[in-house]
Amino acid sequence: MKAGVIVFPGSNREMDMVDALTQSMGTAPELIWHRETELPDLDLIVLPGGFSYGDYLRSGAMAARSPVMKEVIHKANDGVAVLGVCNGFQMLTEAGLLPGALMRNRSLKFICRDVYLKVDGENRTFSGKYNNGQVIRIPVAHHDGNYFADDETLDRLEGEGHVAYRYCDADGETSDRINPNGSARHIAGVYNQRGNVLGMMPHPEDHVEALQGCTDGRGLFDGLVEALS
Amino acid sequence: MTTLKHTMTPTAVIEITADVVAEHGLSADEYKMVLEIMGRVPNLTELGIFSVMWSEHCSYKSSKKWLKTLPTEAPWVICGPGENAGIVDIGDGQAAVFKMESHNHPSYIEPYQGAATGVGGIMRDVFTMGARPIANLNALRFGQPGFEKTRHLVDGVVAGIGGYGNCMGVPTVGGETTFHSSYDGNILVNAMTVGLANTDSIFYSTAAGIGNPVIYVGSKTGRDGIHGATMASTEFDEGTEAKRPTVQVGDPFTEKLLLEACLELMGTDAIVAIQDMGAAGLTSSSFEMAGKGGVGIEIKLDQVPQRETGMTPYEIMLSESQERMLMVLHKGAEDEARKIFEKWELDFAVIGHLTETGRMVLTVDGETVADLPIDPLSEASPEYDRPWVETPLPATLDAANVAPDIDPMQALAKLMASPDLCSKRWIWEQYDHLVMGHTLERPGGDAAVVRIPGHNKALAVTSDCTPRYCQAHPKTGGAQAVAETWRNLTAVGAKPLAITDCMNFGNPERPEIMGQFVGAIEGMREACLALDYPVVSGNVSLYNETKGTGVQPTPTIGGVGIISDIAHTTNLALKTDGDCLIVIGDTKGHLGASLYAREIAGIEDADAGAPPPVDLAIERQNGDFVRGLIENGEISACHDISDGGLLVAMADMALAGNRGIEIEAPDNLPQHATLFGEDQGRYIVTCSPHFAAQLISKAGNANIPAKHVGIVAGKALKLSEDCAISLATLRDAFENWLPDFMSPDD
Repeated sequence: MKAGVIVFPGSNREMDMVDALTQSMGTAPELIWHRETELPDLDLIVLPGGFSYGDYLRSGAMAARSPVMKEVIHKANDGVAVLGVCNGFQMLTEAGLLPGALMRNRSLKFICRDVYLKVDGENRTFSGKYNNGQVIRIPVAHHDGNYFADDETLDRLEGEGHVAYRYCDADGETSDRINPNGSARHIAGVYNQRGNVLGMMPHPEDHVEALQGCTDGRGLFDGLVEALS
Repeated sequence: MTTLKHTMTPTAVIEITADVVAEHGLSADEYKMVLEIMGRVPNLTELGIFSVMWSEHCSYKSSKKWLKTLPTEAPWVICGPGENAGIVDIGDGQAAVFKMESHNHPSYIEPYQGAATGVGGIMRDVFTMGARPIANLNALRFGQPGFEKTRHLVDGVVAGIGGYGNCMGVPTVGGETTFHSSYDGNILVNAMTVGLANTDSIFYSTAAGIGNPVIYVGSKTGRDGIHGATMASTEFDEGTEAKRPTVQVGDPFTEKLLLEACLELMGTDAIVAIQDMGAAGLTSSSFEMAGKGGVGIEIKLDQVPQRETGMTPYEIMLSESQERMLMVLHKGAEDEARKIFEKWELDFAVIGHLTETGRMVLTVDGETVADLPIDPLSEASPEYDRPWVETPLPATLDAANVAPDIDPMQALAKLMASPDLCSKRWIWEQYDHLVMGHTLERPGGDAAVVRIPGHNKALAVTSDCTPRYCQAHPKTGGAQAVAETWRNLTAVGAKPLAITDCMNFGNPERPEIMGQFVGAIEGMREACLALDYPVVSGNVSLYNETKGTGVQPTPTIGGVGIISDIAHTTNLALKTDGDCLIVIGDTKGHLGASLYAREIAGIEDADAGAPPPVDLAIERQNGDFVRGLIENGEISACHDISDGGLLVAMADMALAGNRGIEIEAPDNLPQHATLFGEDQGRYIVTCSPHFAAQLISKAGNANIPAKHVGIVAGKALKLSEDCAISLATLRDAFENWLPDFMSPDD
């Protein structure tokens, strides 16, 4: 699998992503500066977490208009796998590659903590190493993770199996109390219609090694390597 | 001698009167020295420069006599105090670069921006030296919870710290937060950053090379923060609110770009010297760089990137706009450097060059607007031997006089829900403590542990101070603060390397306050010497007073240690039912100045007696023994015993591991003294029952007290059948106080 991680001014989890991908791939992915207008031949494009452009406008809004994003959109439409985590998820919604928007957390505060996610639906690119309904523990670290879309969109996402993850408790039960940020229908991550673009708020790249306290994020990267190699 | 134009605005000229001098915080004697050095009346720009350079904040004039007495050397120290941050060798050609700094006054006036720019400033100090910041900590002291502003200040400060650190992508992994009425009008916000550098790529601030270009990079200069350093050097009064404009506004995004651009440039050979523009901005950075190098400097102020039009030389030199750096480059390296800063979309301007005159000459459009000698100004900066009186050691408080009629488990629940001891989760969950992916021990333990990327080793970091001990007896308190950081690092298996200090005190012109400072330094000195644990950087914040009442003396200590093999570390969580709990160190039941005395018996301040004595030889002996146990993999958990004593330490361990304890308390002392006494130099360790006897005899052979105090079992802390508390009840008490306090309407 050939992977590239796009670096925007203000990206700050690109190295976490590089480390996680390296562990699954055996070699390091390429870092790509946001000013590039052409992308190399890649099987996976990653938009990492951070505060691109300080998130001074809406989170991800400026980055979604970076020179490289035209090419990312083009590749995504060609079927190349694209993963956006946290700020990357915000960019994907701002770029129109994923439906919905990420609003300020319900508490209005930044939240960094481990949450449980229920793997919802099967996707041959991204969820090959997880079972449908499996509960995994992954950290969140965001201020704007409150997923919003209109009911029609949410119905469609659910109907087509394009909800990727939902916030839940250790037993897989969802509730408003457990939902960390107020996301509609407890959604933590979604796929596009074609299933080759995944946006998610939690950070699987920070739970790939036992030393980090949990390896539940590893499955995402191992699954990608298996599907895209 | 020519007289320079007294420039205030391009058109107006301000006469330097006694009032103008006084407004600049200079005493009559100090102004006399200004006249001697200048050989003429200074103009306003020059006076402003003297004023900030000689402010307490920049000159350490009240404290330096005493700071000099602190031990600063060890074989592993690469750079001690005097640079932007301290540096210690951590092997493999790597170094830890760290410092703690206060941002107290600005944070009280404007909590979000004050705290945010404090975090930004300390990170700049660290990456200026060529280190990538890998961990942030902060020590916060707020007024009593009932004080009208406390909630607002907690909310703003925490959001500000998070807002800046989170955006920078540096994990905030530790710290402490306590509350006391002495901070009602003067909170303390102490921020610490630890960075990682290669020992062959460390950058200093000594300017060299006549003719080398002086470069300005980062944000543009605006009218914010003018006289911040002077504000930080006076007490608060009713007019404080009006000082809001002296607080700077932070832009973490620009600082993130500045970090990446500086580190990229540091990978080339372009830089001769680099210094961040912190307090007193362009003035202090340029003076320090030229002063250290014994060179002169000429700056064209019209070349300084400016955010607003019509800024005067005075404003440009005294602005404390954030996210700016001053560099001296090798001649000819400008283009290479410019390209890097343009890539990161940052301002880059050649604003001057080094000269051989030993003077600082400032020009605007070719006209000289200030001309000052550098060395005499720095060297002649006042140093005071302020009168001081020693704080006498109070009498020891008899445990029999601290004996409220309360069940120990009720007392425990009350302590665990007290503002100082309760869980600070509400705070640290607002900080990204995981970014970078190397946080091995998260907030809430004895010390945070951060792995060194690509290696099998890690840094342990902590910050500590017990102000009520320092209030009761500053010397004991100073020693205790150093010892507690050493103990916390030891408790995760680290070898403590060095400390940074952040000395927060009241008005040094009052002899009893100066005496607190002198006492704390003396205690710190003794502890550093005894523990082989030098001071490598620090900061002094005086005048932490409002309307004549000083804060509790608060010498915050930041400690850094190395774990050479991450396989050999531990934490405080109980791991296995049946494990034995063993206390290392002697329990004498010292309740003086304890949390139990204050929170349960209502005895505090002058009535609370002496703080627990700190025996540094025993401290070292016990700590070295415990570290050996961890290194040998002989124990399964470890926690130091500090605030609240034995029972609170047990509760911490039980909650962290979600396992109960059947307690077997020694009964040679009154029960409350055993359970809540704060005797120093103690740890609780756990081990398998098979190893317990061996551990105790091993300790005995080394003359170290070790006592079996319980067994891991069940879901409660149980002293006896009718004296127990469930983990669920304890957890509610521990976790709920702060969120309930911050959101009373939920």
